[in-house]
Amino acid sequence: MSISRRRFLGWMGAAGMGVTLGRSARAAGPKTFPGYPESVGVLFDSTLCIGCRRCEAACNKVNHLPPPERPFDDLTVLEEPRRTRWDSYMVINKYYPNGRENPPAYGRMGCNHCKEPACASACFVRAFAKEPTGAVTYDETVCVGCRYCMIACPFEIPTYEYHKVLAPRISKCTLCQPRLLKGLLPGCVEACPTEALTFGKREDLIRSAHQRFRMHPGRYMEHIYGEHEMGGTNWLYLSGVPFAEIGKREDLGTRAAPEFTAGALAAVPLVVGLWPVLLTGIYAISRRKEKMADEERTAAVADAVAKTQAASDEKLSAAMEKAKKEKESAVEGAVKKALEEAEKARKAEMAEAEKTETPEAGAGEKAGKDSEEGA
Amino acid sequence: MSSEHATAHKPVMSPFTIVAGIVLILGALVTVLRFTGGLAATTNLSDYNPWGLWIGFDLLVGVALAAGGFVTSAAVYIFGMKRYHSAVRPAILTGFLGYALVVFALHYDVGQPWRLPYPFIVQSGTTSLLFEVGACVALYLTVLFIEFTPAPLEWLGFKRVRNLVVKLTMLLTILGVILSTLHQSSLGALFLIAPSKLHPLWYSGYLPVFFFVSAIIAGLSMVIFEGGLAHKYFHDKMDETHLREKEDVAFGFAKAAAWVLAGYFSIKVIGVAVDNNWSYLATGYGAWFLVELLGFVALPCFLYAVAVRDHNMSLVKYTAGWTVLGIVVNRLNVSLVAFNWHLPSSERYFPHWMEIVISLFIVTIGVLVFRFIVTRMPIMHEHPDYHGEH
Amino acid sequence: MEYHFNTLHDFMVYTKGVVYILILAILIGFVAFWSFLNGRDPDRKPE
Ligand code: SF4
Ligand code: SF4
Ligand code: SF4
Repeated sequence: MSISRRRFLGWMGAAGMGVTLGRSARAAGPKTFPGYPESVGVLFDSTLCIGCRRCEAACNKVNHLPPPERPFDDLTVLEEPRRTRWDSYMVINKYYPNGRENPPAYGRMGCNHCKEPACASACFVRAFAKEPTGAVTYDETVCVGCRYCMIACPFEIPTYEYHKVLAPRISKCTLCQPRLLKGLLPGCVEACPTEALTFGKREDLIRSAHQRFRMHPGRYMEHIYGEHEMGGTNWLYLSGVPFAEIGKREDLGTRAAPEFTAGALAAVPLVVGLWPVLLTGIYAISRRKEKMADEERTAAVADAVAKTQAASDEKLSAAMEKAKKEKESAVEGAVKKALEEAEKARKAEMAEAEKTETPEAGAGEKAGKDSEEGA
Repeated sequence: MSSEHATAHKPVMSPFTIVAGIVLILGALVTVLRFTGGLAATTNLSDYNPWGLWIGFDLLVGVALAAGGFVTSAAVYIFGMKRYHSAVRPAILTGFLGYALVVFALHYDVGQPWRLPYPFIVQSGTTSLLFEVGACVALYLTVLFIEFTPAPLEWLGFKRVRNLVVKLTMLLTILGVILSTLHQSSLGALFLIAPSKLHPLWYSGYLPVFFFVSAIIAGLSMVIFEGGLAHKYFHDKMDETHLREKEDVAFGFAKAAAWVLAGYFSIKVIGVAVDNNWSYLATGYGAWFLVELLGFVALPCFLYAVAVRDHNMSLVKYTAGWTVLGIVVNRLNVSLVAFNWHLPSSERYFPHWMEIVISLFIVTIGVLVFRFIVTRMPIMHEHPDYHGEH
Repeated sequence: MEYHFNTLHDFMVYTKGVVYILILAILIGFVAFWSFLNGRDPDRKPE
C-alpha cells in the first residue's frame, strides 16, 4: 500500500464517516478476488442532488482543466444532455423522469472506478492501474493512443484529446488520487453543498446506503448502482427513480470485464501448444502419402519396364529360336533333298548309264537351287 | 511508378493511372493534414466512437483479406497440395503487402504512432487482446517478409541467402499458421469486452471463431479474385506452370471456400441459437443480419458449389468477388454498423471523407507496389535458375 | 511463489505474463525437439 494508515484515517475523519477498524473478512477461495479491502469511493445520492454544478466547477479547478465555454453557474447548460469530454472529467445531467412539470432528477456521469476496470483490462500498455485506494489511474507517459480503453469501458467514460497533434491523451476522472495521497478529499465531494456526494470506504458507503433505505422507506429504488454492476464499482449511486431514467444503463450485468476476455485469452496458449503438433502431424501424413505414392509409382514403373523387357526378350528369343529352327530345318531339308536328289540322280545316272546317258545336268542344277533358298 | 513497364503497349495515361494519381495526391494532402492538424481535423471520431473506418476497414478488413498467404502456404506445404504451388508466391506477396499496409495505416489511427512498439519494449498489457493482436501482427509481418524474400533474392541474384531462406519454408509456414490463427481470431475477440455496445446478433462468445473461419474464406476468395485480376492484367508475366495451374487453383479453392462457408453458416446460426437471439431477427438490425447471413454467406456458398459442379470459371470469379465483399460487410458490421447500436443516431459515426481518402490511398499504394513487384520479380513465373525447384 | 492478488485484473496481468513467456519457450522448444526427434531419420529430406 502506497498510502499510510494515518492518511487513510485522515480521509475517514474528513468524510465524517465512522472508521471501522475491524479488518473485513476476505473471501478465502483461491480464485476469488475481493478487491482492495480498504479502498474508498464516493456515494452519489441523486435524491439530494440539486444540480448546482459546484462539483463540476471544483473538478475543473482541482484538475487544472481549461475554463469552460459557459461558466459553471450557468445552469441552463443542464438542459442539454452532456457527456464527459477531454476538458470535463464529470458532468451532471438533468432528467425529467416524470415529465417536465414535475421536479427533475439529476445524474452524474464520470468514471466509476470499477473494481475490475474494463479500461485497464483492455489497455495493451497497462496505462491504467487499479490503485489500492480504489482509484483507477492513467499513465500518459506510456499511452499509445489506440483508444481501445474507450471501446472497452461499459460506461463510455474515457475521452480523447482528438484535437491535439503531438501528444493526445486519454482523460478521465482520477478519483482525485493525487489529493487522496495528500489526505485531501476529492474536489467534487468537498464542494458539494448538500452531501449528495459522500466520500468513504466502499464498504461503509454500502452500509450507509442500506441505512438510508431503512430510514426513508419509499424514497429510494432500493438498489445501489455500482455495488455489483460490471463486477462492482467504487463510485456508487442511489436514485429515487429507475436508474435508466438518470442515464445509467441497467443492462450491463454483474460480470467483471476481464471475465469476458478470459476465455479467448486462455485459448491463446492452447493454440500455440497444440497447433504445431497438429500441423506437423498433418504435414507428416501428407509427406508419407506422397512418399508412398512416389514409391508405388517408381515400383510400378520398374515393374512395367521389367515386364516389357521380359516380354520382348521372350519374343525375341522365340523369334530367334524359330528362325534358327526354320533355318535348320530348311538346311536339313535342302541337304536331305539335295542328298536324295543326288542319290536319285546317281541311281538314275547309274540306271541311265546302264541304259542311255541324258538328264544328268538338269537334276544337278535343281538341287543346287533348293539348298540356296533354304539358307 | 512503373507505368512505363506494365503499360508500355497502352496509352501513357490509362484510366487507372489517372485515378491512382488523383488518389495519391489527395492522400498525400490528407496525410499532411492528419499529422499537422490531429485526428480531429481529418476524422469524425468522437468520444462515443473511438474507432472508425481506419480500424474497421484498414485493420479488420485488411488483415482478413490478407489471409490468403497463410491459407495458400498451409494448403501447399502442410496439406501437401503441391498442384497449387504456383499460387503460393502471389498469395504470400499480397499477404505481406496487406500486413505492411495494415501497420502503415495504424500510424494514421493511433494518437502517438511512434509509441507503437511500446507494448513490447516499455510495458506490456498482457490482459489485452490488442496486445495479442499486436504481437502476432508484428511477428507475422516478419514471417511473411522472410517468406517473401526468395523472390527479390532471386531477382537480385543472391543465391546463397535465397537457398537458406527456402530451407526455412516449413518452419515459417507452421509459424505463420499459428500466428494467423491467433490474431485473426483475436481481432474478433477484441469486441468480447464490450457486450453492452455491440448488437447481440453480432456479439457472441464465438466471435473469435467466426473471425478465424471467415478469414479462411476471405483468404481463399482473395486468391481466386486476385488470380482473376492478375490473369487479366499480368498475363504476360505468367509462365506455363502458372497458367496451367491457375484454373486448377481457382476450382480447388472455390470448392474449399464453399465447404468452409457451409461450416461458417452453421456456426453463425448456432451463435444465434446459443444466445437465444431469434427475436432480434424480426427487427431492422435482424433484417440486416439476415442480409449478411443469407446474402453474403449462404449465397456465395451455393454459388461456389454450382460453379465448381458446372466447371464455370467466370462464376467462380464473380462469387469470389462477392464473398470478399461479404467479408468487408461483416467486419464493418461488427466494428461500425452494429457497434454502439444503443446510441441515438445523432451520436453515431459516419466516416469523414478524408478517412475514406486515406483508406483508398492505402489500397492504391498496395496495388501499385504489387504491380511494381510483379512486373519485376519472379512471382507469377519461375526464375529460370531455380526451375522446378521450390 | 506466493503472490497475493487483490483483483482479477492483477492476477491476469501476472498469469498472462507468465503464459506469454512460456509461449516463447514452447515455440523454441518445439523446433529443438522436432529436430531431435527426426535427427536420425534415414529418409530425412533437407528442409
Ligand atoms: S468506469 Fe470506465 S474508465 Fe472508469 S474505471 Fe470503469 S472501465 Fe475504467
Ligand atoms: S488509448 Fe492509451 S490508455 Fe487507452 S488502451 Fe490505448 S494505450 Fe491504453
Ligand atoms: S473525484 Fe476528482 S477527478 Fe473525479 S470527478 Fe471528483 S473532482 Fe473530478
